[in-house]
Amino acid sequence: MKLTRRQRHITHQTLIYAAAALVSVICVFPFYNAILTSLRTGQELFLTNYLPTSFHWENYVNALMVNGIARSLLNSFIVASVTVGICLLVSITAAFALARIKFKGRKYILFTILCVSMFPQVAVLSGMFELVRFLGLYDSLGALILSYTTFSLPFTVWVLTTFMKSLPVELEEAAIVDGAGLWVIISRIFAPIMGPSLVTTGLLAFIGAWNEFMFALTFIISNEQRTVPVAIGMLQGASQFELPWGNIMAASVVVTLPIIVMVLIFQKRIVSGLTSGAVKG
Amino acid sequence: MSHLRLEKLNKRYSEHAQVIKSLDLQVNSGEFIVIVGPSGCGKSTLLRMIAGLEDISAGSMYIDGTYVNDDTPSERGIGMVFQSYALYPHMSVYQNMAFGLELAGKSKEEIDAKVQNSARILQLEPLLQRRPKDLSGGQRQRVAIGRAIAREPKLFLFDEPLSNLDAALRVQMRMEIANLHKRLGSTIIYVTHDQVEAMTLADRIVVLNKGNIEQVGTPLELYDHPANEFVAQFIGSPKMNLIPASLVQAGDTESVVRLDNGKQLVLPISTPRHAEGQSVNLGIRPEHILWGNVQESQYQANVMFVEHMGNETYLYLDNGNASEPWVVRNAERSVISAGQTVGVQLPVEHCYLFDGDGNAFQRLSSTQNKH
Repeated sequence: MKLTRRQRHITHQTLIYAAAALVSVICVFPFYNAILTSLRTGQELFLTNYLPTSFHWENYVNALMVNGIARSLLNSFIVASVTVGICLLVSITAAFALARIKFKGRKYILFTILCVSMFPQVAVLSGMFELVRFLGLYDSLGALILSYTTFSLPFTVWVLTTFMKSLPVELEEAAIVDGAGLWVIISRIFAPIMGPSLVTTGLLAFIGAWNEFMFALTFIISNEQRTVPVAIGMLQGASQFELPWGNIMAASVVVTLPIIVMVLIFQKRIVSGLTSGAVKG
Repeated sequence: MSHLRLEKLNKRYSEHAQVIKSLDLQVNSGEFIVIVGPSGCGKSTLLRMIAGLEDISAGSMYIDGTYVNDDTPSERGIGMVFQSYALYPHMSVYQNMAFGLELAGKSKEEIDAKVQNSARILQLEPLLQRRPKDLSGGQRQRVAIGRAIAREPKLFLFDEPLSNLDAALRVQMRMEIANLHKRLGSTIIYVTHDQVEAMTLADRIVVLNKGNIEQVGTPLELYDHPANEFVAQFIGSPKMNLIPASLVQAGDTESVVRLDNGKQLVLPISTPRHAEGQSVNLGIRPEHILWGNVQESQYQANVMFVEHMGNETYLYLDNGNASEPWVVRNAERSVISAGQTVGVQLPVEHCYLFDGDGNAFQRLSSTQNKH
């Protein structure tokens, strides 16, 4: 049976939308379930319902106020922001050197930087612990900032270097002829053009730092310095055997929301940041 | 005092890659100098060395008498227009032109005045708030020029600025650049591979080949009195024809050459005694070759093909070398068609003679070229 062009087109579109719907459901459902669960209490938690049946907002109140997630949120925010700030600053200057300046051993340095990210975190844990203790950063946010920066830098340096290599050399030369020094070139010419890349790498570094669990668990002991993933993990219920799912889900939703909002705002930039090539000037 | 002086300028990338070889050049204030040459001859490298974007391996450069080898581009007081314009894509036209002035620390009023002035000269006023991506190729070109002139530099450098434009726009921009030069009176150094641009724009042309200057002179000097085969064939389109011959008799006022077919010509060219017997090349431009009756001619050749340009015709004659046929230019429409045999006459007053190394022997006739 030969289909007409229009029939083929409709079939094609239907298949695409069906596949998209399937993928969306698989990705979004866990979060949807979390929201549903966060609005229930007690026995209701263990019934399977796909639509909200009740609205128990006290889970949220509990999570934020009583269990101190609010403080952890602040800690996480500080750690992630400072990590991203340092990462971008270091990466953009490193990328400039690696992409633009010819020096001996350039290729080897780039390769070494990439190798750092090949280490599984658990292998590096004891080494990092010694370093953190040596610097006197144990049980402070500084320990986390140090660790996250170390592990985010390879990725950010790599992406920014690749992007900078694609910027035409003549752009830099025009700036030199105009009298621009190195820092002016980086901050006023390259950084604005690289906006999408900076947003992408910044956002991904932020998410990585926000969600990280192992270092946060190992390097922080006191409640005041704790970050959010660990804080949620430590939420305790009425007895030793009961996990307060309602509270945990409420906390998770609160914690994930900022990230989702940021990604939605910047999603166009993220795509162009990862795929954009040469700049036409 | 010259505006720009280059002394024994040398550029070497490595042991074996010497791009510019001991170059000397003097440029006077207000001159429009065009540097031409084939691809890879080093003209862009030379321009970039003058700009300060490439280091000078050896030799000295003086601008207004000051030694500038170690100065940065902006310290040298130059403005540059790049082949790909290199406009800042995230800035408006106004900001593009103002950037250099901002970095120089000028006041807002001064910047505004200078940018508006440049915009007026180049008719960019309605475009000041646009981004480069919203401009056409010609407009971007003008913004690039505007950015260079806004800083009022002493020396303008153009790096093949018209290469990216289509033919019609190129002609228009050529006129605009010529007008700009007349208006501003600044010294301009212009690099191109297009000899038409060189002939039409330059006060003097510098012909560069493999890092060496072949000849420097006004356009007509280069056209009428090329110093060697390279310049003779580079300037003028279609190329000058080179006919192999041998020097039968040398002399101070006259020389006798014999062509391959045995015919001899007496040329008003001075040749030294020791050149007698050597193989030489006889040069004659397409517009000077006369063609007509087979009987009266010095040469007969088959017409390979005919190009009708509308106002003139080019005949391509078979001389045994298929890749470099002789070209005859006829100033009218021609009824000759391919396959016919024509007789060719070589008027001696328009002939050139080049020795085995390609250098020109001195011509004694002082004819102005008449067509």
